[in-house]
Amino acid sequence: MKRRRERELEKELGFHLAEHAADLAAGGRTPAEARRSAQAAFGAFDAAAEGCRDARPLRWLNETGRDLRLALRGLRRRPGFAAVLLITLGLGIGATALMFSVASGVLLQPLPFSHPDRLIGVQERTDQATALGNLWAVAVPNFRDARAAETGVRLGASRPLGGIVSRPGTAAYVDGYEISPELLDVLGLSPARGRGFTAADNHRGAAPVAMLSAAEAQRRFGSAARALGARLVFDDVGYTVVGIAPPALSAISGAGDDSVGIYLPLGADPDPRLENRAIHPGLSVIGRLQPGVSLPAARAQLDAVGRTLAARYPATNHGRTFVAQELRPDTGDASSTIALLLGAALLVLLLAGVNAANLLLAHGATRQREMAMRVALGAGRGRLVRQCLAESTLLATGGALLGLGLAWLGLPLLITLWPQGLPRAAEVHLDARVLLFSLAVAVGAGLLFGLAPALRVPREELETSLRPGGVGGGPTRRLHSVFVVAEVALAMVLLAGAGLLGRAVLRLSAVQPGVDTHHVLVARTALSAATLANPAATRAAWTQVLDRIRAVPGVESAALVDTVPLREGNNQINYWTTSAPPPVGQQPSALATCVTPGYLQTLGLHLLRGRWFQSGDRQGTLPVAVVDESLARHAFGAADPIGRKIWIGLDNDPQTIVGVVGHVMYWGPASDPHAKVRDEVYDSFDQLPDRYVRRWSQLMSVAVRTGVDPRSLLQPVRAAAAGAQGGQVLYEVRTMDELARGSLGQQRFLLLLFGLFAALALGLACIGVYGVLARLAAQRTAEIGVRMALGARPAQVLALVLGHSLWLIAGGTACGLVGAVLAARVMDRLVAGLGGLDVMALLAAAGLLTAAALGASLPAARRASRTDPVTALRQ
Amino acid sequence: MATSKSELPQGTLDLLILKVVALGPVHGYAIAQRLGQVSREVVQVPQGSLYPALHRLERRGLLSADWRVTTTGREAKFYRLTRRGTAVLAEEAASWQRLTRAVGAILALAPENAE
Repeated sequence: MKRRRERELEKELGFHLAEHAADLAAGGRTPAEARRSAQAAFGAFDAAAEGCRDARPLRWLNETGRDLRLALRGLRRRPGFAAVLLITLGLGIGATALMFSVASGVLLQPLPFSHPDRLIGVQERTDQATALGNLWAVAVPNFRDARAAETGVRLGASRPLGGIVSRPGTAAYVDGYEISPELLDVLGLSPARGRGFTAADNHRGAAPVAMLSAAEAQRRFGSAARALGARLVFDDVGYTVVGIAPPALSAISGAGDDSVGIYLPLGADPDPRLENRAIHPGLSVIGRLQPGVSLPAARAQLDAVGRTLAARYPATNHGRTFVAQELRPDTGDASSTIALLLGAALLVLLLAGVNAANLLLAHGATRQREMAMRVALGAGRGRLVRQCLAESTLLATGGALLGLGLAWLGLPLLITLWPQGLPRAAEVHLDARVLLFSLAVAVGAGLLFGLAPALRVPREELETSLRPGGVGGGPTRRLHSVFVVAEVALAMVLLAGAGLLGRAVLRLSAVQPGVDTHHVLVARTALSAATLANPAATRAAWTQVLDRIRAVPGVESAALVDTVPLREGNNQINYWTTSAPPPVGQQPSALATCVTPGYLQTLGLHLLRGRWFQSGDRQGTLPVAVVDESLARHAFGAADPIGRKIWIGLDNDPQTIVGVVGHVMYWGPASDPHAKVRDEVYDSFDQLPDRYVRRWSQLMSVAVRTGVDPRSLLQPVRAAAAGAQGGQVLYEVRTMDELARGSLGQQRFLLLLFGLFAALALGLACIGVYGVLARLAAQRTAEIGVRMALGARPAQVLALVLGHSLWLIAGGTACGLVGAVLAARVMDRLVAGLGGLDVMALLAAAGLLTAAALGASLPAARRASRTDPVTALRQ
Repeated sequence: MATSKSELPQGTLDLLILKVVALGPVHGYAIAQRLGQVSREVVQVPQGSLYPALHRLERRGLLSADWRVTTTGREAKFYRLTRRGTAVLAEEAASWQRLTRAVGAILALAPENAE
């Protein structure tokens, strides 16, 4: 259709010319003369054809198609040029799409519940704040009362609990949640199979029922269908599986944790502490605003209920009420990592765009004569501009496809490498939003970097461009210089960021965290529920576990500990050292660790004063504690803490300090110096009152020092623990070295990606510098020829070109330094342990960049210095 | 004798084309010839802009076209006035007449009449 119209147009105009020529020939001219005159009278044939095409409907659509085809043909003629541009843009867009898909899934994607904007999180708030703040998990009785009250909010609750599933299959630790029956309904979810919990399941003494995740059902029973109605033993209690939980339910962990395997009805838990309003494990409460109820209204209602409870139960609820805020995914510090990486990726994209503009501009300059010719032949300037833009948009779209492919390949890798696991990783896909974003970025970039060469389409200086040897004017050169400066500056920012991270990781890796991390294995350990019911049996079981582990060949020592430095989880308590406790708000806080004798030696702490815990420290003997140098300094100054008393708030009995040990960087070398709570106090598990033995035993880990590679002893140690009475299960097995590396996980991960981005940036900047200098040197061939004819030596020419390049690089580096200082400030706020502005890192980055860019300009300079003056002048 | 040639006022080319085509189906070259002859070469149609104008009028539905064989045995694109074209021509021509009469009257003003 379109082709026919073109043919007809040509025929119509051709007919005119032929008729005119025939008429002129009939008037006595020679045929050749007649043809020439007819053409002269007609004017530019192409311009007339263009004018006719302009008159067509939907012209721009056809035109765009033709522009794109033309651009494609043009690029196919120059495969090398096109490949460099495609790869450049593909890398830039790929990096951006990759980071955007992570940001989109983790930060932008709403929680996988129905109408998540109507969901709120409810907490308790006390008027008095302690060092831990004034927001608390909700007590079960308070939750029941709030749910029963008229608040315009439907409330549901959950609390995490883990335990051992011992049948069917092999005993293994499984993460789980206790949930209130209405939680599914509040979240707008329904069971994937079977049923959820009912009021009949939700009281003490009810027939035990459980919901499993689809994955756990698959693991234990082979399929979800077979799990329904089947029996399962969890923590020594037999449960009937009544339902398969919807996958989205695991998002109540806030992090979208896939590991949740089992759900139990909250009300059936016999733990008496759950009924205590003052000291309790706490619930995470989620509410759904009823239709027509606003968040402020709900807040007021919940607050009113809280005040009522405070009046009714003054002993426990005085100064305590409910607060609510919008429910948001808990992504921890992943958001700062994502923000930094997205920023870095955008810098790479910008650099890629500038590089592409630079190459297109340089290429456009060589095509200037072609352009000028086409203008002279009647092509509209607008048409040529459009064609330039079509070319760059085509390149950018190709780059986007390439980039999306790279992102698709890189995404699983990125998620695997993410330190401590990427929260909400299940939500991260290359979805429609990412595709749309990438295409928008590509088209935007294409138009932007295509603009520079497009606006260089010749206008008046046709004659200059067409003259043999004529070259485009100064503006191009200036634009090139600006581009090179920009590229160098962008590369500088990324290099400086990588340098900053690299130096920090080097420095922090060398820091000894106060423990000897080599050859230590730590693993959480679970005793069976039957054993935990009896404190004496529990103590005996632990003794047996430790004895059996110590008997394993290669094990040097073994001990129990509740919280392990560098690992997730800690126990912050308030302490005081005078018999009259200071007001709650002024009590200092410390990290409390409960250990068995030998733990401090097993971890390799340094004893500074006094003695270690001994096996003689038991129930009935003097309650003893060991503190670290930080607590000793804060509480006692220069005085000797040995023999002094410390209250750590468990009961009101003080403990006597018998030893001072070196400070342990509990939070890791990066965060510890700035951590809010740094003081450390250790107490003895052997002296723990019986009523706490059950709770503490649920938290215990074994720490094992080995003479050989600790991972190689995992199987024997696991077997030794499993053989002890009560069927112990080891889970979350780590070496201290792994934990130490993990504590710098964010820094290492950022370093890896910044290093990658910086290397990319350096490469792109070098390509840019090389391309531009080669072109500028070519433009100055005649000038260089004159200089050489007048006696300049090659070395001087070399210096001339390199000098020019050095100016550009220096300018870029200077601009980049400013950006790097700003970037360093942002990074310092978002990443722990960078230690402020690192001048050495900046200098190293500037040095590397200058050297690389000069290296890249060397070939152009060498070629210029070999210019033959005679040839150059003849041009 | 050298004739001084006038530039066509904006928009009048369409009117002239419509008028010529109204006389009967005609191809582009013939339109150019007729315009030149009738105006005694005073009106110089820039031939390059004749065809875009024809295509524009065709697209607006004022002209229709088909391919016919000319007396010289060649295939040419012949334009014809559509019903809408006829109406537009009448209207435009009337408006042009009014305009030229008005302009003529103004140009004919004598100085004493201006008082």
